[in-house]
Amino acid sequence: MSTTIRIPTQLRQLTGGAGEVTVEATTVGEALTALAAAHPGIGERLFDDAGGLRRFVNVFLAEEDVRFLDGLATPLGAAQTLSIVPAVAGG
Amino acid sequence: MEDLVTLRCRECGRTYEPVAAHVCEFCFGPLEAAYDYDALEGQVTRASIEAGPRSMWRYRQLLPVGEDAPVDLGAGFTPLVRADRLAAELGLAELWIKNDTVNPTGSFKDRVVSVALTKARQLGFKVAACASTGNLANSVAAHAARAGMASVVLIPSNLEAAKIMMTAVYGGTVVAVEGTYDDVNRLCAELTSEHPSWAFVNVNVRSYYAEGSKTLAFETAEQLGWEIPDHVVVPIASGSQLTKIDKGFGELQRLGLVAEKAVRISGAQAAGCAPVATAFADGAEDCRPVKPSTIAKSLAIGNPADGYYALQSIRRTGGGCGSVSDAEILEGISLLARTEGIFAETAGGVTIASLRQLVRNGTIGRDERVVAMITGHGLKTVETLAGHVAPTTTIAPTLEAFDAAFGALGLDLA
Repeated sequence: MSTTIRIPTQLRQLTGGAGEVTVEATTVGEALTALAAAHPGIGERLFDDAGGLRRFVNVFLAEEDVRFLDGLATPLGAAQTLSIVPAVAGG
Repeated sequence: MEDLVTLRCRECGRTYEPVAAHVCEFCFGPLEAAYDYDALEGQVTRASIEAGPRSMWRYRQLLPVGEDAPVDLGAGFTPLVRADRLAAELGLAELWIKNDTVNPTGSFKDRVVSVALTKARQLGFKVAACASTGNLANSVAAHAARAGMASVVLIPSNLEAAKIMMTAVYGGTVVAVEGTYDDVNRLCAELTSEHPSWAFVNVNVRSYYAEGSKTLAFETAEQLGWEIPDHVVVPIASGSQLTKIDKGFGELQRLGLVAEKAVRISGAQAAGCAPVATAFADGAEDCRPVKPSTIAKSLAIGNPADGYYALQSIRRTGGGCGSVSDAEILEGISLLARTEGIFAETAGGVTIASLRQLVRNGTIGRDERVVAMITGHGLKTVETLAGHVAPTTTIAPTLEAFDAAFGALGLDLA
């Protein structure tokens, strides 16, 4: 199913300036992997050497931090939006 | 002095020009203001600082904004008061309170906002924005008014009434969001990408903003006669203030303004939102986000941006981290008010209660020279005291009524 991923400013130079990218995926991890495949350079910025999300990358599914869900294994519902958000903000 | 400052990624070390950017484009690590200390050495002296204004701007050479006139309501150089009665209650030999409740809008946030909006104006921004648990909202709205900038302030809708009114009165745009602070923060992080012409003080200009908290360390050392204390206790929300106090003490030593000395830094959190205290207790490298539930709303950040670095500062300096209940927070507020005449908001209650906890569990030595950071005024959270403090008695306006009621209290006031 198709999922919209919102792209932060810091990655838009890798998406040709696009603020949103649509991918086909059934889990959060699949969606991000599909994004990385479509836009070279994004993968190394999102994932660490072990394949996990980098410490300072937050991913939200329908406004909920995926760490409160099932992380990268979280299944995607219909018409849900994923947001990639730099973790260092606020306070 | 601007040419002496760059932005450097705290994780991978990449450097950036001093623009409106807060995270590294390569690893998403935080960008931090970096100074050319070799060039500053000798330029920044005790005398040059003491000749400056009686505000945080006496340390402007160590703030990342150059020589422009600051956006200034008079933040900083707040009293550092010796607290002997509170020390006696806690069993400490020497305790000082850094009373940051007396800042222009009643909290330490005036320090960071003064830096942030000075830089924002320098970079050409016309709109100041933020995600806030309340104190920042007050300060951004006020400083934006002072600077003639528009403001857009986003807050959780369940904030204390005073914090909402103390923001709205300045005439900016106040957006109450149905959600937690973490929801507001995530929204603002996304809005920053959509409104690049707005200066979100704690998002895209956060690298500058955060530096303002160093002045708490600078003032503390100067007010102790250019000495670093043995131990400081700092409330933790995002963890930024604690890490910048650490940085501030380090800079004073690097520049030879104080003798080198190991200061211990301890954190203070509410048990209802204690991701840093929990990670510290568990020996974890990083914080697990939590869903906050505490009366200390100004500290209710479940996913602290600088939690990881605050943990590192605490561990490296040999500090600890308190975690205290809502009841203990209210006791802390009362204890500070009763013994020292300082009325703090709930975050101050967290700090005092944590201080007590850390003395009792041996983290803080009874012979240490301790400084507690009291960072927000009690009037901001006065409703938390409803049902806890009230008139001692209520009487008719007659001498007889007073004598009867006062006699019944059994006080001996001489």
